[in-house]
Amino acid sequence: MSKFITILEGLDRRWIFLAMAISVAGPILFIGITGKTLPETPTPTARAVYREIEALSPGTPVLISFDFDPASGGELTPMATSLVHQCAARGLRMVFIALWPLGPQLIDETIKRVILADYPNLKEGVDYVNLGFQSGNEAVMKVMLTDFAKAFPITKNGVAVGDVVALKGIERVDNFPLLITISAGYPGAKEWIQYVISSSGGKIKMVTGCTGVQTPGLYPYYPVQLSGLLGAIKGAAEYESLVNSSLAPKDTSAAVPAKYLEAQRRMGPQLGAHLLMIALIILGNISFFAQRNSKVRATS
Amino acid sequence: MKRLVPMWIAIIAGFVMLLSTFFPITESLGETVGEIFNVVAAIAFVLGAGSLAKVNLAKISRRDQGWGYAAITLICFAITLVVGLGKIGVPQSTQFPLLGWSGEKDAEGSIFGWIYEFALVPITSTMFALLAFYVASAAFRAFRAKNLEAILLLSTAFIVLLGRTFAGVVLTGWLPDWASGLRLENFSVYIMQVFNTAGNRAIIIGIALGVTATSLRILLGVDRSWMGSGD
Repeated sequence: MSKFITILEGLDRRWIFLAMAISVAGPILFIGITGKTLPETPTPTARAVYREIEALSPGTPVLISFDFDPASGGELTPMATSLVHQCAARGLRMVFIALWPLGPQLIDETIKRVILADYPNLKEGVDYVNLGFQSGNEAVMKVMLTDFAKAFPITKNGVAVGDVVALKGIERVDNFPLLITISAGYPGAKEWIQYVISSSGGKIKMVTGCTGVQTPGLYPYYPVQLSGLLGAIKGAAEYESLVNSSLAPKDTSAAVPAKYLEAQRRMGPQLGAHLLMIALIILGNISFFAQRNSKVRATS
Repeated sequence: MKRLVPMWIAIIAGFVMLLSTFFPITESLGETVGEIFNVVAAIAFVLGAGSLAKVNLAKISRRDQGWGYAAITLICFAITLVVGLGKIGVPQSTQFPLLGWSGEKDAEGSIFGWIYEFALVPITSTMFALLAFYVASAAFRAFRAKNLEAILLLSTAFIVLLGRTFAGVVLTGWLPDWASGLRLENFSVYIMQVFNTAGNRAIIIGIALGVTATSLRILLGVDRSWMGSGD
């Protein structure tokens, strides 16, 4: 036992790094080879996101804000994919914007991955439009409250918003019945709630998908200001399973494309990492108490 | 003058924004201030670029420790700026074929798009992923059950860590329906929605009161620390 404690006390952190690499890489390889994912039971917050989108009738405009960059893509890209997947399947008019400089590229990637690949009948400028990035953070939100076209005067392709069919009838941000924000920090979900949702007097509902770090800070807004919440990759996996089960083809033998299983596939590495963390905390505490006991014994 | 002008700009803009929230007649004024802010925010990108160049050039000229990294930063910055502004490799826009430089800077085949896809995305993702390794190391060395508060914190962490994965279902899925609230996946949701919400709301309200007080001090010109030391 004492030998074990000695090893723990002098454990080089590179062993911990190696253990983390194995606990993450193992499930990635297993899921990659077998294609199997862990089952998900959607929680009420994920169900609420699905319900809010499903409640909209086809042709309804939705504002989708990509407030993240590739650094958070591991958590947020699967959410973005599933959210756009459900909106496209529902036939909603998707208006994409970004308050983060790298958001427009992520929007383009999502459009390519979901809309262009699986919904080729949807027309750019009619059924969806990418308005690109606008600097100014909360100030952009404030301007959108009074004049949407002033905040986003042209699309990413350089077309004046007045000529875009997808924006017909949109004068202010509260003309959108639903705002979807995929958020990694500032500006993000919290600012949307503070500056748009609170000021709109309930005209616009909001659902969000956010990083794990942001999730605890957004729970206080659910379910009043925030109608639905996808917290981290777990929330993404729950929502993804809901969307996949609702959009499953009638021919059940057809496999769901891997791009629509990304979040569920990532729950395997998350399980490995979480179990390792718990094991490390327990081992660290064993070492701590052993050291403390030996010090007590030495002084007495 | 150097401090007086910015102070009055802040006071006027602040009061306009404040009034536009409560009085519809001042709404258009608030909108104008918002637009001005958007323009200033865009100019801030230029200032940021200037500041980046200044700091890194100073590091290189002084041969500070790690000046090589500063040189790499500046070279990458210059390359990205040139290929982005010059739209090098960007195919002509099909929508505006007669206009030069009308293609998107990050269009497929452009150098800017290549930098984004093959340099920026992997680098930022790698940096973010490295956190997992450092968190694991910190978990081993820092999370100690030293007192009651630490024990409570660790217990909560265990429940949430297990509840957010399939391990929670495996460990407590056998519990009967009348005790389903104790299943780890449900219990972790309960912790987030009740304990976390209560704590966070208290913090949010506290912050809001603090922000109100600080904003009033700035608007009334009492607090001028936001302008810096003036050096």
